Amino acid sequence: MAVLQFFPPSSPIVSARLHPVVLFNICDCYVRRPDQADRVIGTLLGSVSDGVVEIKNSYAVPHNESADQVALDVEYHRNMYMSHLKVNPKEVLVGWFSTGFGVSGGSSLIHDFYVKELKDSVKDLKDAQNSVPPLHLTVDTGFRNGEASIKAYVSVNLSLGDRPLAAQFQEIPLDLRMIEAERVGFDILKTTVVDKLPNDLEGMEASMERLYALIDDIYKYVDDVVEGRAAPDNDIGRFLADTLALVPKISPAAFDKVFNDRIQDNLALVYLSSLIRAQLGIAEKLNTAAQIL
Amino acid sequence: MANPMVRSFLQAVSSEEVTPPLRVVQMEGLAVLKIIKHCNEFSPALVTGQLLGLDVGSVLEVTNCFPFPTREEDEEVEADGANYQLEMMRCLREVNVDNNTVGWYQSTLLGSFQTVELIETFMNYQENIRRCVCIIYDPSRSSQGALALKALKLTDSFMDLYRNNNFTGEKLREKKLSWVDIFEEIPIKVSNSALASAFMTELEPESPVAQCDYDRLKLSTAPYVERNLEFLIDCMEDLSAEQNKFQYYYRNLSRQQAQQQAWLQKRRVENMARKAAGEEPLPEEDPSNPIFKPIPEPSRLDSYLITNQISNYCNQINGVAGQNFNRLYMMKALQEN
Repeated sequence: MAVLQFFPPSSPIVSARLHPVVLFNICDCYVRRPDQADRVIGTLLGSVSDGVVEIKNSYAVPHNESADQVALDVEYHRNMYMSHLKVNPKEVLVGWFSTGFGVSGGSSLIHDFYVKELKDSVKDLKDAQNSVPPLHLTVDTGFRNGEASIKAYVSVNLSLGDRPLAAQFQEIPLDLRMIEAERVGFDILKTTVVDKLPNDLEGMEASMERLYALIDDIYKYVDDVVEGRAAPDNDIGRFLADTLALVPKISPAAFDKVFNDRIQDNLALVYLSSLIRAQLGIAEKLNTAAQIL
Repeated sequence: MANPMVRSFLQAVSSEEVTPPLRVVQMEGLAVLKIIKHCNEFSPALVTGQLLGLDVGSVLEVTNCFPFPTREEDEEVEADGANYQLEMMRCLREVNVDNNTVGWYQSTLLGSFQTVELIETFMNYQENIRRCVCIIYDPSRSSQGALALKALKLTDSFMDLYRNNNFTGEKLREKKLSWVDIFEEIPIKVSNSALASAFMTELEPESPVAQCDYDRLKLSTAPYVERNLEFLIDCMEDLSAEQNKFQYYYRNLSRQQAQQQAWLQKRRVENMARKAAGEEPLPEEDPSNPIFKPIPEPSRLDSYLITNQISNYCNQINGVAGQNFNRLYMMKALQEN
């Protein structure tokens, strides 16, 4: 009786994490693709640690696709890989991406190619940690289900006894938290045109408004619960109590002292910088003043 | 009948194109993210990279960028660097990325980027490209929650002066060029393709508070301010050294003037004597005498650059102090409740 065997990958990939740069790059490549191409294929670069693959960079590779054949420009891929390694030797090959929904037949051929590439690159780098099989990322730019589906797959070889049968693409959890994008500010990255980058104080204002809105919400919620309009939730109540307890309990006198000290420090800084600016103005006048001889 | 509004091809080609002044730099979200990623990865080391895009009217579009590898040693890196650049441009051309260099970007540490090297690089770029811009990114300020991206350009009047390498007081007064006129900051606009903005809208997390808010509402800004002040103090020392140089020069100049006057007096007296004796009067100038040698005036370029740096630090300190006030008063309000 033949047994279907699953060969688990050598070092199990638990999950993957995608950086927002990669997503933007893929979108840009898709928008710029040549007219006859239906989808874009490219290489993913990143690093692996503890079974979590971090996808940090990517580049598109020109390819030709017909009904049953896929041809990838290997020379181009290798050139770009070398160039990228020059800048950042720690970002290594971790997989490949393609736009379009789901995994198609031609994808397994490309995946085999990348498996081979990974083995070759491991020989170059002698990186023992890199015994992780490559990742396949699909980005659905067509929004087929009405939502953005970005999925990551690992290929598992199915074999019957000794004969290899097929490759099964298993989906692995993908972490799409965009902390870097949050740092930049989603407002900047979300709209098609932003007229001005916010400066320090405007950003401060926006943050404070958000905080204020949060506090307002909590206030309303607590009011509702107290008056019986909303069902009380123990977890939320405990969480709120913990948060409020985080405000340090110092006597008003001590707090005033600390507060005044800080305010005076800041005022001293502002005074110092204004003084320096005045000095600069005078120095400049003196330096370029006409010399009376 | 020819439409008078339509110019013939010949006319269009022969008329000079008037380039409108650069008003705004439009960056793609992709370029912004790439620059941030590259600079953050290598901070605190300083890195540079190339900007690619299009020059359209009064807008300079930056659509993509790629980083330069950091140079370890200086031997035969010139050829390597040029090769890398050509290779990258060629590869990017194949995937339809704009192949047009529009400038370069560099990271900086707390804003100390106004150096002579920057000006030199600008002059190099300006020879080949009509309009180029330099984008400066400050990773340390961005950890305070503000997106510290600046687009800089040298002003035309400064470039003329620099080409002639003439920074004497006379020339500067003529052109009314003060230290604020060296660099011109251009506002940055960010644009995104519709696809990217669709993805971002989908993927925006539900939470109303983002990482940038956490960064902004942090109370401990002391290390950042301390470093700023340290740099500021160093710059002030440099500035006072430059001032001393100028003082020394002026003192020498006035001393030389006095010497010249004394010598002239002596010559005149001598001439009077000779005229009385009926001999030829000696010339009143003697170029071989060392006291007539003109003393070179020290260039003001360094002091201008230092002044720029100082003003930058002052601005940053002001910004942080303003934010600190906000945060402190908020803390006070929380405490009272």
